[in-house]
Formats: sequence, C-alpha cells, structure tokens
Amino acid sequence: MTLSLRQLLLKFFLVLVFVAPASADEAALRAIIAKFAAAKNFQATEQVVRQLAATGDAAVERPLKALSDGNLYFRKADAVAFIGKEEGQTIVLADPLNGENAGEAAKTEMTKVKVNNTLRRIIRDALGGLTLNSDDPAARLAAAVTMFKTPDAATIEALDAAILNETVAGVKKQLEQARASAVLVSDLPASEKLAAIAVLKARGDRDALSLLTGFSANAEDGATKEAAFDAIAGINSTLAIWNAAQNVWYGVSLGSVLLLAAIGLAITFGVMGVINMAHGEMVMLGAYTTFVVQNVIRTSFPGLFDWSLAIALPLAFLVAGAVGLAIERGIIRFLYGRPLETLLATWGVSLILQQAVRTIFGPTNREVGNPSWMSGGFEIGQLAITWNRLWIVAFSLGIFAILLYVMKRTPWGLQMRAVTANRRMASSMGIRTPRVDALTFALGSGIAGIAGVALSQIDNVSPNLGQGYIIDSFMVVVFGGVGNLWGTLVGAFSLGILNKFLEPYAGAVLGKILVLVLIILFIQKRPRGLFALKGRAVEA
Amino acid sequence: MRGNFSTFSKFLSAAAFTASIGFAAPAMAQEETIKVGILHSLSGTMAISETTLKDTMLFLIDEQNKKGGLLGKKLEAVVVDPASDWPLFAEKARELIEKDKVAAVFGCWTSVSRKSVLPVFDELNSLLFYPVQYEGEESQRNVFYTGAAPNQQAIPAVDYLMSEDGGSVKRWVLAGTDYVYPQTTNKILQAYLESKGVAKEDIMVNYTPFGHSDWQTIVTDIKNFGSAGKKTAVVSTINGDANVPFYKELGNQGIKAEDIPVVAFSVGEEELAGLDTAPLVGHLTAWNYFQSVDTPENADFIAKWQEYTKNPKRVTNDPMEAHVIGFNMWVKAVEKAGSTAPDAVIDSIIGVSVPNLSGGSSTMMPNHHITKPVLIGEIQADGQMETVWQTSGLVVGDEWSDYLPDSKDLIADWRAPLSCGNFNVATGKCGGKGIN
Repeated sequence: MTLSLRQLLLKFFLVLVFVAPASADEAALRAIIAKFAAAKNFQATEQVVRQLAATGDAAVERPLKALSDGNLYFRKADAVAFIGKEEGQTIVLADPLNGENAGEAAKTEMTKVKVNNTLRRIIRDALGGLTLNSDDPAARLAAAVTMFKTPDAATIEALDAAILNETVAGVKKQLEQARASAVLVSDLPASEKLAAIAVLKARGDRDALSLLTGFSANAEDGATKEAAFDAIAGINSTLAIWNAAQNVWYGVSLGSVLLLAAIGLAITFGVMGVINMAHGEMVMLGAYTTFVVQNVIRTSFPGLFDWSLAIALPLAFLVAGAVGLAIERGIIRFLYGRPLETLLATWGVSLILQQAVRTIFGPTNREVGNPSWMSGGFEIGQLAITWNRLWIVAFSLGIFAILLYVMKRTPWGLQMRAVTANRRMASSMGIRTPRVDALTFALGSGIAGIAGVALSQIDNVSPNLGQGYIIDSFMVVVFGGVGNLWGTLVGAFSLGILNKFLEPYAGAVLGKILVLVLIILFIQKRPRGLFALKGRAVEA
Repeated sequence: MRGNFSTFSKFLSAAAFTASIGFAAPAMAQEETIKVGILHSLSGTMAISETTLKDTMLFLIDEQNKKGGLLGKKLEAVVVDPASDWPLFAEKARELIEKDKVAAVFGCWTSVSRKSVLPVFDELNSLLFYPVQYEGEESQRNVFYTGAAPNQQAIPAVDYLMSEDGGSVKRWVLAGTDYVYPQTTNKILQAYLESKGVAKEDIMVNYTPFGHSDWQTIVTDIKNFGSAGKKTAVVSTINGDANVPFYKELGNQGIKAEDIPVVAFSVGEEELAGLDTAPLVGHLTAWNYFQSVDTPENADFIAKWQEYTKNPKRVTNDPMEAHVIGFNMWVKAVEKAGSTAPDAVIDSIIGVSVPNLSGGSSTMMPNHHITKPVLIGEIQADGQMETVWQTSGLVVGDEWSDYLPDSKDLIADWRAPLSCGNFNVATGKCGGKGIN
C-alpha cells in the first residue's frame, strides 16, 4: 500500500515537472535580478540568489552563471543589471536573461556584483537542481555530479523522476549515485540506506568514501553502520592499490622531467666530459624563448596559440644551441682537460646568463600559458592523469629516441663517438675534432633548450629556472653512468619513481635527502654508475 | 686564452664599476644630505620580490624630496645589492652604516636575512625598517616591523575560514616551505586551532623544500585528506617561486576553491603576475593591503607609482605599503625629534601615526610593531584580489604569540623605564626566551 502511494506521488510529481510552465514571468525575474544592485553584502546577495533559484525557471541559469563567474554588473546610474565582459577600459554588455548584446560602457560606469566561495557554492547547487531536466545530456550529467557532492534529502523525489526518464546509461548511473548520496542524509528506512550504501560502494572512489565516512560517523542504526564500515574498508583496500599505481605514474612523470633536464647534459658531460654548470641556463633560455614566442603570438596571431609550443621548439633549439656554440668556441675549447677551470668558468657563464635575462626580462616570473590540449586531466579508474604530465612523458621519450638515433645511426653521431673514444686516433683518421666538439656541445645545449620549452609548462619561467635542475641533472647522469644514454634514461626514471615512493612516507624534504644518500652509497659501490662504459674511453 | 679570460674579467669589473657609479650618481650632488640605506637583493633568487621594494623606496625618497626633503636637507638613497646571500646582508648593512653613514636602513625580506643583520644594527646602533610579514617571536630595539605579525595575518585568516562566511572549515592542511617563517607560523596556528577544539587528526602539516616544483603527490594527498566528509581548507605558507607550480597542479587536478579553498600568506599581486589566474579564481590570500582597495589614498598612490615607473600596468603589493608606512613614520619621527640620531628617533617614533593606504591610520606601538587592518581577498581572473572580509578595526601586532608556551608570558615595550624586548610578566624579569 505504502509503495503504491509512493508511486502515485511520484507520478504526480512527474506531471508537475512536465506541466509546470517553463518560464516564470519574465518581468518578475528582471525585478529580482535588479535587487542585486541593492545588495550591500554577501548575505544580501545570497538572498537574491535564493529568490532567483526558487522561481525554478531555467532562464535564471544565465544570470546566475554570470554571477558565479564574476561577470554580473549593474549600471551605477540606474541600477540595471547586465552581463559584462571586460575589454580594456570598457565592458561589453549583454542582457542578463536572453544574452542579447546591449552595447558597451566604460569601466567606471559599472559596478561588479561581488561573489565569494560560499555564494559560488550556493549557485552551483541551485543550478544543479535547475538543469536536472535539461535537454542536453551533458548538462544533466553536470547536475547529477553536483547533486552527488551536495546531498540533500529534499531532492530525492526529483531525482527519482529524472532516473525514470533518463535514457543515457552514463547519466542514469550518475543520477542513481546522486540519489544514493541523498538517501544517506534523509530519514528513509534502513533498507533504502543499505541499498544506497551498496551503490556508493560500487562507485568506490574518494567522493564515495567521503560520503560514507560522514554517514558512518552519525549513523545510529546498527545494520547500516556496519554496512557503511564494511563499504569503507572495501573502498580503502581498492584505493590502496590505485594509490600504488598513482605513485608509479607520478614517479614516471617526475622521471620524465629529470630525463628532459638531464638529456642535454648526458651529451655535454656524459659524452664530452665537460662539467657544464651553465647547463641549467640553457634550459632557462629555452623557456624564455617559449615566452617570447607566446608573446608574439598573443599580440599578432592569437589564433595560433595552441601551436605556440610547436613553434617554440625549433627556435629554442636554435637559440640555446647558438649560445652553447658561442660558449664552446669562446671559453670551453681553451679548457679541455682542465675540469676544475671548466667548472668555474661555466659557473661564471651561468651567473652572467642569469643576470642578463634578469636585466632584459625583469626579475619577476613570466607567464607562459598552457595550450588547451595541455590543460586539465582525466581519470582511468581512480588514477588521475593530467594532460601536461602525459605530454611531457611522451615528449621526453621522443627526444630520447631522436637523440639515440642521431648518436647511433648517423655519420655525425659516429664521429662524435669516435672523438669521445679516442681523440687523437679520430683526428688522425681525418675527423676535424674541434668542429665535432663545437657541434656536439651545441647539440647538447640545443636539447637543453628544447627541454626548457616543456619545463616552461610546469615550472616558473624565471631567471632561476635552471638552478633548480642542475644538481638533479648531474645526479641522473652520474647515477645512470657517464657516457651512456640508456643509463640516463634508466637513471632518470628509477630516481623519479624512488623519489615518489619515498615522498608519502618521508615527506618531500626528507625524501630528497634519502635519495641523495642512496646515490652516494650506490656510487661507492659502483663508481661508474648503473651502466659503466667499458674500454679505452674509461681510462682516457 | 688566459689573456682572453682576464680581459673578460676586466670588462666585468668595469661594468660593475659603472653600475656602482650609476647608483652613487646622486652622491655627487652638492650640499649636505640625509642618507637612507636600501638593503634589498637585486640579484639572486629573492630579486623577484625585493627589486620592487628598492624601486618603492627610490620613489618615496623622490616624493619626499619634491616636498622639500627632511629637516631642510635633501634625502639621498644609497642602494646596495646583498644578492640573496644571507651573510652578505650583514656585510652590506655594516657598509651602509659605517661607510655611508646612513640615517636609517629600509630592507630585508626573508627572516634569515633579517636575523643575519640584527647583530650589526645592535652593535652600531642604527635603524632598520623591515617591511615583510614574518613569524613574530622577536622585538629588537633597533628594528621596526612594519609587516604583519602572525596575529595580523595568519590567525584572522583562520578565523575567517572557521566562520560561516568562510565555509565553516573543520579540517586543515598547513602546507609550507621548510624554513623558519612557515615552521613558526604553523606552530602558532596548530596551537591556535587546537585551542579552538580542532582535533589533532584534523590537522595535516606538510613541508617542502625551497623552489619545490613537483607537487603531484602533495596535491593528491590534500585531495585525499579533504575527502573525509568534513569541509577542508589549505593554509599555505609556501614561499615565492614554488607557488606557481603548486597552483598549476591544483588547477590541473581539478581542485576548485569552492571545494578546498587555499589561503596563502606569501602570494601577492606581484607573484600572480607570472601566472594564468583563471583556475585560481576564488582561492584566498590574507594581507593588510590589496591593490584593489578602494580608497582615495590608494588611488593616488597607484597613480603616482605607475607614473614614476612609467608603466601603467605596474602592480602594487602589501610589502610596498609597509615601506610606505614605515618611511612616513620615520619622516614624522625625525621631524618630531628634530634629528636623525637613532636614539632620538627610537624615542620619538613610538605613538607616531600615519595614514595607511587601506583607509585609516597605522600607529607605531611600544613593541616596535604597528597597527593594521587585516583583509581577506579572493583571487580574481585578472590577477587582482577582491576583498571579501576584513577585520572591523585595526589589529595591534603581537610580537610574542599568546599561543606558544614559550612566549605567552613575554611582552616587549621599548619605552623607558621598561625598555625591554622580551619582558617576562610571570617572573617580572627582562630576558625571557622565545623559541628562536
């Protein structure tokens, strides 16, 4: 009996949802929106938002969204509200309800309606309820996600109705989960709650865990409490496995950054044996090249912004390579075989480069934007992967493959290896060793410049950019084995993963120290690193 | 080659010489002047923050000279570059006081650099105006702290987050860079939160090295910590450069300010200038001044500053305002004492009140800290902060925190007859101990 009564109620509600007029009186809505101008504090603004939401009219989505984004303005002269978009000193205006263009106004004539986080949250929740019956599946999905995160017992009926009508499987699932989260905070009987707990357990992620933890803390009924604890334990054990996978991914991602930073050094230090303290500054030059390229694109060709990194890559290679060439011809070639002096001279060069950049571009960080394909992230199961990290992993492996090809398969690479293995012999065979030296150093520097393009996406573009990477780079090359590219690859990834597995237990500071200590111990055991070169080169 | 190298170094030293002449150029001006020392790093890691403060001081001195100088004499800036090198700060401070005979020094940013110059100012009896928010637990006769003490920044920020407006936060992540300011501030905050009934397991403390750039694990930890069914916030004392990758990672992992807000104490307009702020909208900062503060004093200051720097986009920030207040206080105290002698200024400056830029006046207190309003701002899409909350009145800087067992009995009062920076009210003796 009770069941059929509920069904009846449900049907009644359904009818209500579909028959209710889609728009409340437009004039009434405008009258409410106009109240924003009189709202002097956040509480007053909140009242107006609640009034708008209470109309239940889907048309309020536009003004509320604008308010949440900080784009709702009113004119000082007559307190009429508009949606505004800032363009320099003027604001382009649009009607708050239908979005039609309403001319423009000077910044000084308009006042922005202030929002804070609490308001944004209220608006998000309100919009969630309004878009539940939207025609767009994406909007319904977004509504379901919001309602899942902000459970409210009052929404169960609306959700039931929506679930009945839902045709898209993915949205339906999300709606059922939203219903489950709402059931947990309602006073429905235990059987309903047990079903809800099962739904959440099946979802099995952090959000579900959060809801269940909150529920179990307040649950009174023994059976549901036990079921909740059971579900929490189940979710925790699957999450532990995902956590380990997440750590491996973070390690790979950190490893790829180390690889990028070190790969140029693997040539200048690893292959040529030059202790190049200015290596980090080559990375920095690459990052600043990206900044300059983006700046030109922003002012002249805004449409090309997503291509900015591709354009910056060859330029960064050329800029850093040219500077590297100049350093080799100007300083380093006089110092071959004198490691201590090379170290000091290149250290000096690094300081000069830093200060030069500081003088030209200023000491503050420069903004390098992320192209749209490098922003945000996605999830595989419980594994969160951000696009920029994924691209950097792919990019570093690509660079490594190209470099390996150049070294092993081209005549130039052969000459390089010949000079490294035995300079005098190579020279007597007709190889112009000074030229090979210069080009090898330029190649190493150019690769560092390319690394700078990638690192500009995840780090500060400031004159100090390079300093942060120089120690890590040497560490990777020495650990992997001087003179061996594969050693650099394995070294970078194993250090990255080791670091990330230590970090959760030891903390970032202690983790770094532990890695250093382990490397020192390792070097004691194998002074030539993981992959030691054999043969004459070692003695040279 | 050797010839090459030495020519090069000659060129370098010549360049350095020219640069120093450049700075010293006003020194060749005619009659007697009052010299003001500026001790800010113009190179090295801290140049990012400190260069602006050097410019601010030059601007203030220029403005004062336009008004006719001080005691009938022109002011003259003496700029030195301690190059973000802490021991060099002490050397340069000594040089300013002994060789250049400056009347007062405006400078330092990091607490380490301040600690390194303290003995010099003590020994040579000169004046230092320190413009940056710091961890407290200190009060020196020769130093005036025009930045915020923890109770003028950190504690009001936490109060705001605990309030209904701020989202009734119940769970806290205290994330900071591993050095003295975050460590001490977090210690105070932890004690404060526990005194407000927050359980130990609801507080997570995390430290990272300087310039940390790989935030993936920590941001995930924060996300996990925040999914315990209680409203969570992050209190960030992360320093300078490390902030950019931190916020980028927050954005990429989809942590929104509505879910887990981050309130930062070291992120100002200047730091945000190097960042795409769209994903950060709604995250919070706590300061005593924002560029967006809507007062006539501030509008006037920004206009003049942008005109002076010939850059209509040049931003202003909180430590700059601290220098404005400190400089004006010094000018007023010197006028009151009729002399620039340090002892006379130390006596006359207490109680001096000057207008600050956020509307109202700041007063120098007997503990050498000043009164300030506290503002909480939300980061906007244009890199500015919008004030969402502020203290109803001015807050007096509290040098010795009431929430740490070691310092709760200590007070500082540099007026005669007490004249003590660490008077223990429990024992009635001068010379109590702080945690440093």
